[in-house]
Amino acid sequence: MDHDHQEVPSDPALRVMALESLLVEKGLVDPAALDALIDTFEHKVGPHNGARVVARAWVNAEFKQRLLADATAAVAELGYVSQGHEHLVVLENTPERHNLVVCTLCSCYPWPVLGLPPVWYKSAPYRSRAVIDPRGVLREFGLELDETIEIRVWDSTSEMRYLVLPERPAGTDHMSEQELASLVTRDAMIGTARVTLAGGPT
Amino acid sequence: MNGVHDMGGMHGMGPITPETDEPVFHEPWEGRVFALNRATMALGKWNIDASRHSIERIPPADYLRTSYYEKWLAGLVTRLEESGLVTPAELESGRPAPGAAKATPPLTAERVAATVTERGWFERPVNAPPRFAIGQPVRAMKINPTGHTRLPRYARGRIGIIDRVHGAHVFPDDNAHFRGENPQHLYSVRFSARELWGDAAPPRDAVNIDLWEDYLEPV
Repeated sequence: MDHDHQEVPSDPALRVMALESLLVEKGLVDPAALDALIDTFEHKVGPHNGARVVARAWVNAEFKQRLLADATAAVAELGYVSQGHEHLVVLENTPERHNLVVCTLCSCYPWPVLGLPPVWYKSAPYRSRAVIDPRGVLREFGLELDETIEIRVWDSTSEMRYLVLPERPAGTDHMSEQELASLVTRDAMIGTARVTLAGGPT
Repeated sequence: MNGVHDMGGMHGMGPITPETDEPVFHEPWEGRVFALNRATMALGKWNIDASRHSIERIPPADYLRTSYYEKWLAGLVTRLEESGLVTPAELESGRPAPGAAKATPPLTAERVAATVTERGWFERPVNAPPRFAIGQPVRAMKINPTGHTRLPRYARGRIGIIDRVHGAHVFPDDNAHFRGENPQHLYSVRFSARELWGDAAPPRDAVNIDLWEDYLEPV
């Protein structure tokens, strides 16, 4: 550890502290509610929720059909993600079509199933280029798609939220729903990756 | 507004830099800003569209230079002031004005669990049937509103095909400015990459954009 480095709070840290204290003193926010919000989004909501939706769709054709027809209702029937308070659309990747989700105007993202978005998703490079050069963007993520595959980009300009249903990888016939869920990454559900047997941290 | 936030199609923003094992919040203050934004929404003084518009109005150079949660902080301060919940003098001093009444926070820790996955429900009943049908060609209007809009510049004047009909939703251009919800039909419109970007674009690729009826005209 570098002990010469002073642990001085950064400028935004100081400003946020001052603002929070003002709002608490005015009775506008409850600090315990802030703690609970942070805890929820750090520990409870995240891509593991979306991964379970994807795995269920892979093993249950009827659920998949319901999911593609009305994702809000289908996800709500699983009980653990959303209470149906989000307009969710699930987009199926196929050998002919690859879907990619972006929000060019801000940072819209399906929180209940993926948690809060990573910094790159909210960044200018991704927001500016995903619509004009999706193939270049995917290449930066290590995904080279054949020209015969149609790329469909979804710009989240409304309150509709989009989740990609990636293709189930070959060689997973023996896997349980839970094992399958562990393969599904956050990026695969945004559309910047495919699901592989390597799986990995979401 | 034709702001720098409307980034679709811009060049020169640099490489995309994904981070391995990225934390949800990089600094504790980011979590506090996030939570303050969520908790103050419960005060009912603004809506999601007004929130977005407060961030869009950050001066362009600052918008590009600052981090995501710095923008959330700036937008929140703007809304607190504009709604009258907090005065400039209070923000300056960090103390409530002398004699100011103390409110009761609407969002308690106990309620967080129940509300946390709610992003709100934006579909509204309307009497009018959808003006456009799936498969119909439409043109995105060539308009340049100075207020909030969710019609990206790269789609204006372009022709697309109605791909999905989402139902009638709150219209952000009015809701952001507290002119009412003006609910109207919302569509996913498919634009070919060539229509948007020219003949050099791959022939089969397309971009779907969610667009409200007021953004669209028949072709």
